[in-house]
Amino acid sequence: MTIEINNQPYDLPDDARISLLDFMRERLELFGSKKGCNQGACGACTVLVDGERILSCLALAAQYDGRSVTTIEGVANGDELHPLQALFVENEGMQCGYCTPGQIMSGIALKSELERGAPSNVSADLTVAPRMSRDEIKERLSGNLCRCGAHNGIIDAVAAYVGGEEQ
Amino acid sequence: MNPLTYEKATSSADALERHDGDAAKFLGAGTNLVDLMREGIATPTRLIDVTGLAQGIEEQSDGGLRIGAGVSNTAVADDTTIRAEYPALSRAILAGASAQIRNMATVGGNILQRTRCSYFYDVAGSRCNKRTPGEGCDAIGGFNRAHGILGVSDSCIATHPSDMSVALSLYDAVINVEGDQGTRSIPINDFYVLPGDTPDIENQLNPGELIVSVDLPAPSANRRATYRKVRDRASYAFALVSVAGSLIIEDGLVVDAGISLGGVAPKPWRATEAEAAIVGSPPIEETFRNAAQIALADATTQPGNVFKTELAQRVIVAVLQDLAGDAQ
Ligand SMILES: Cc1cc2nc3c(=O)[nH]c(=O)nc-3n(C[C@H](O)[C@H](O)[C@H](O)COP(=O)(O)OP(=O)(O)OC[C@H]3O[C@@H](n4cnc5c(N)ncnc54)[C@H](O)[C@@H]3O)c2cc1C
Ligand code: SF4
Ligand code: FES
Ligand code: FES
Repeated sequence: MTIEINNQPYDLPDDARISLLDFMRERLELFGSKKGCNQGACGACTVLVDGERILSCLALAAQYDGRSVTTIEGVANGDELHPLQALFVENEGMQCGYCTPGQIMSGIALKSELERGAPSNVSADLTVAPRMSRDEIKERLSGNLCRCGAHNGIIDAVAAYVGGEEQ
Repeated sequence: MNPLTYEKATSSADALERHDGDAAKFLGAGTNLVDLMREGIATPTRLIDVTGLAQGIEEQSDGGLRIGAGVSNTAVADDTTIRAEYPALSRAILAGASAQIRNMATVGGNILQRTRCSYFYDVAGSRCNKRTPGEGCDAIGGFNRAHGILGVSDSCIATHPSDMSVALSLYDAVINVEGDQGTRSIPINDFYVLPGDTPDIENQLNPGELIVSVDLPAPSANRRATYRKVRDRASYAFALVSVAGSLIIEDGLVVDAGISLGGVAPKPWRATEAEAAIVGSPPIEETFRNAAQIALADATTQPGNVFKTELAQRVIVAVLQDLAGDAQ
């Protein structure tokens, strides 16, 4: 049983109780993904599995045998920040930084969801691709909480990243 | 969490064979079960992952759709046929949880997710008849803002938290299950059972039975449908009240109406008498108000959730008026 994390293969733990988040943080010392609530409520543990965002705290590592995971440690290109990381800096999308890895992983996935035309709860017409708007971004980021209240900067950063028309 | 083994089923027959008693449990994405195991509410020692089975959404020869139990909530909500022909189902899913959770959660797991009653979760500190039959219910007389007002009992006033199931109820979906005794198909509106004095029994599944798929009947022409959810914040919260509603209007009269309520009952609550009261009448506010009153006539409230009776009526009226307006 192996899992790929940021293009590196790892053996999965024998103990089936271990969550993907604990496996990464406690066994692999990948501390980027954060444990906020450990019950699905905050989004700090968000990672991508085969490009789709999930919560690693509610995932048992064993379930992800053979899958490819991307964490915040895997998005930059060497010393060059990922475009969304740079936009978080530019737009002051953080205060304490605890929610930031999850926000960025969510923002990256959000862009590809919009690009494939996936609707959200605030999309007016389900039969056409949703139009980019601030409300769309807010709704799509609602699974990532920020206790510091940096949301406006976060939304600015993600809006700049997804581009399209601003409303 | 107690020690446990994990195995991946390769087929439904394989899953049934591996399920060898109460210590075994089927595992969807785990977004509810992992949480319940951490809290010590679910204590399986053998997990049988069934997410790899039944992955597709297929059109049926009768014009309906069959959705595999392992399909993710996102895949259902995003499906172009479902968005066009069963919009209330797309909307209900999109109104639930977060994008991350919807990407993980499966159809089977969503149907079988357990109540979010906080006393049910509070193993160390609260009495709960659903968790420990006969112990008592701390929600009655406690904080019960989130609790039910229809179909509840003196033993339990918990609600079923699924948004998706409310839309499945509106569309008269049928749940296909497989077990040691063979296969059977259970209409979702008969699937969940009311608590009575056994709130630990929540549905018609026998131990070890597996949900393999959900069937949606062929869509009706000219039927308009939607889902509206009211909650304490605009996103990422469970419903206080939700309504899946539908109308077919011909020559200025309603010829078919559907109302299913979420957030108010231990199951998606189909308001069949209210639906019947609308059919044959003009699609105007008075018709809908009358129906809403009928739908909530039997409400039994607690001090914390007394507001739900009026709120539910208003949401029913608003949803039906929107649908009637769209039709004009
Ligand atoms: C923070 C948070 C917010 C949420 N908000 C909402 C919300 O607003 N609205 C909403 O509707 N939901 C909400 N949810 C709940 C979420 O929708 C469910 O957790 C999810 O749908 C469960 O699916 P799963 O595949 O993860 O199931 P699991 O957790 O894997 O399983 C749930 C149950 O189903 C059983 N099971 C799974 N598949 C099968 C099968 N094929 N046959 C037989 N038994 C099976 C399991 O044994 C288990 O008992 C929320 C969850 C969280 C954590
Ligand atoms: S309402 Fe039901 S689930 Fe909640 S404490 Fe009472 S018995 Fe338990
Ligand atoms: S730590 Fe996973 S959602 Fe909070
Ligand atoms: S920056 Fe502190 S929690 Fe978001």
